Amino acid sequence: MAQIKNRLTPFFENITFDREDNELILNFGPQHPSAHGQLRLMLHLQQEMITKAHPDIGYLHRGMEKMAENMIYNEFMPTTDRMDYIASSSNNYGFALTVEKLIGLEVPRRAKVIRMMLLEINRLMSHIFWLATTALDIGAMTVFLYAFREREYLMDIIEGYCGARLTHAAIRIGGVPLDIQDSFISQLKTFLDKLPENIKTYEDLLDTNRIWLMRMEEVGTISTEMALSWGCTGPMLRASGVAWDIRKEEPYELYDEVEFNVPYSDKGDNFARYRIFMEEMRESAKILYQTIDMYEKCVKDGQTELMAHAPKYVSAPKLDIMTQNYSLMQHFVLVTQGMRPPVGEVYVATESPKGELGFFINSQGGPYPYRLKVRAPSFWHAGILTDLLPGHYIPDVVSIIGTTNIVFGEVDR
Amino acid sequence: MRAYKPKDDVQAKPYYTDRFYKSPQVPKSSPESDELFSADLDAIKEKFEVLDAYIQVGQLVVYINPQDNFKVLEMLKNERAYSQLSEMSAIDWIADRGGFEVFYQMLSMAKRKRIRIKTFIKKGQAINSVEKLFRSADWSEREMFDMFGIEANGHPFMKRILMPYDWQGHPLLKTYPLQGDEFAAWYEVDKIYGKEARDIIGPEIRDTARVDRYDSERFTLLGHEVPKGTKITGDEPKHKESYQEEGGVFMVKKFDRKSSVVIDDPQR
Repeated sequence: MAQIKNRLTPFFENITFDREDNELILNFGPQHPSAHGQLRLMLHLQQEMITKAHPDIGYLHRGMEKMAENMIYNEFMPTTDRMDYIASSSNNYGFALTVEKLIGLEVPRRAKVIRMMLLEINRLMSHIFWLATTALDIGAMTVFLYAFREREYLMDIIEGYCGARLTHAAIRIGGVPLDIQDSFISQLKTFLDKLPENIKTYEDLLDTNRIWLMRMEEVGTISTEMALSWGCTGPMLRASGVAWDIRKEEPYELYDEVEFNVPYSDKGDNFARYRIFMEEMRESAKILYQTIDMYEKCVKDGQTELMAHAPKYVSAPKLDIMTQNYSLMQHFVLVTQGMRPPVGEVYVATESPKGELGFFINSQGGPYPYRLKVRAPSFWHAGILTDLLPGHYIPDVVSIIGTTNIVFGEVDR
Repeated sequence: MRAYKPKDDVQAKPYYTDRFYKSPQVPKSSPESDELFSADLDAIKEKFEVLDAYIQVGQLVVYINPQDNFKVLEMLKNERAYSQLSEMSAIDWIADRGGFEVFYQMLSMAKRKRIRIKTFIKKGQAINSVEKLFRSADWSEREMFDMFGIEANGHPFMKRILMPYDWQGHPLLKTYPLQGDEFAAWYEVDKIYGKEARDIIGPEIRDTARVDRYDSERFTLLGHEVPKGTKITGDEPKHKESYQEEGGVFMVKKFDRKSSVVIDDPQR
């Protein structure tokens, strides 16, 4: 290898010395610690002020949509974990719900409750992770340590449920594979009872912190028009004055039975987004308390089913597979050949912690989707940097990338 | 008669399909069944030609002519309160119909409705950019160009977004194999060392499940690893799996397995 000469010629794209307009082009990333993954930004600078920003993505592109076209539906489920890997159950759920809508499947109530629990735990995990990393980027190391301690509890709970900490694959098309373990609820309650205290600790450290306020307030302001035009969703949109939460507006699962508020702000700056993340944690805790009650009611009513009964699409329970010939045959066909959803097209949006996570599936009746498009919220939240960064200074780039909460597994797919 | 198989579709195919299998359809309903949707559809029909329209899984789907796409989206945005373009992309129908279906997924927050505008374009035909209406289309159209090679007229920066700028081929076409084509397989080698180095460097091993029996690790049999090049007979003695430095290490306490405690309470 050593004797082969390479053809790479050295070049200095970062530095332009002799330009009449005194413009400097700074190459930020793709290996910058606060680029949250693989984001490359080409920043045109006048002194320290950014005049033009050009985000470059694709460093984590794995061609998931292509993979989906060559996989049976159930096979794709673990792949969805690798998109928003901070809250992977919400990806699983978005995909499962889309396929369920396509084939018109009704999921048993107990599975719905477990799914909601998982989704909200994922939201908490994602928001806590957001707080930790953003605070670390801005220099608040203490918050990072506290927040990761809390995230660890949640990861333990999830690990107890599905055995994985990051890539859960905890949701199946048609329900959930497992009931929650015995210690799940007591552990969750222990966590939730302490959560308000923990959130208060973070807020005490940050809310009146002068450095935090200077980095956050009036920085990265997104107007309502800009947020709508750029396809912003989730906390990004709610911080810009649109109280739009898909859980509330187009309720899926049992979100119409639980009570929660949708925090929003009309400021649109970094600080508004920070406040919304904090408030959403409280709302998630509220939902989780209610789902615990719902789960206990399910147990009392004797609802034990976890997977929908649809022999054409979903395998029978394990007991049936092991004891009944016909169930075994169907299971064999579903595993080797895959389910064949009806011919049609569907787009389903769910509220993931990052924003609107949508799956578009075009099925031609085969075991593989003819076309699957993932509408990942972070894709546009990364795109908005083009318009958002000009006019800001270099240190603001870090805090703005932080509060947009982009995850590159999802941007590049 | 043998079943027709499109030649320009190299994607995975089911290895067995029942001869008499007829797949069911996702039910469609008429747009008149929904008040808001029928009003939207009437507004589109007034000014533009509508080729087909129906409601599927709670969303209105409207087929329009490709040249109308900008005007229709403009009308929907300004007059019908469809304030957001959630998603847009294309579907490859080259094998069947010689073109692409481009779809625009729109959301009205005021009405809580989602509508999908679809249009069919021939292979090689460009489509009007809607970037002036929705900034989100800036990146979506670049992604569509990158993945399918569909160009958007009037886009300010029509370049690839996910793949490298000098990539050849469009990955989401049905003619593009899942493992990539020859260009993809040798991309780095060709670019860095030149084509003549292919023989020296050799192809990249892309089979992640491949296990080399004569690898130095021999991780398939834990505890039986041998150095690379050793002839494996199969009855090698098992190594010790734990290892400690002779005489101990400075500042490091000797690990005593008996006195260590395993914490089984995850909450600590």
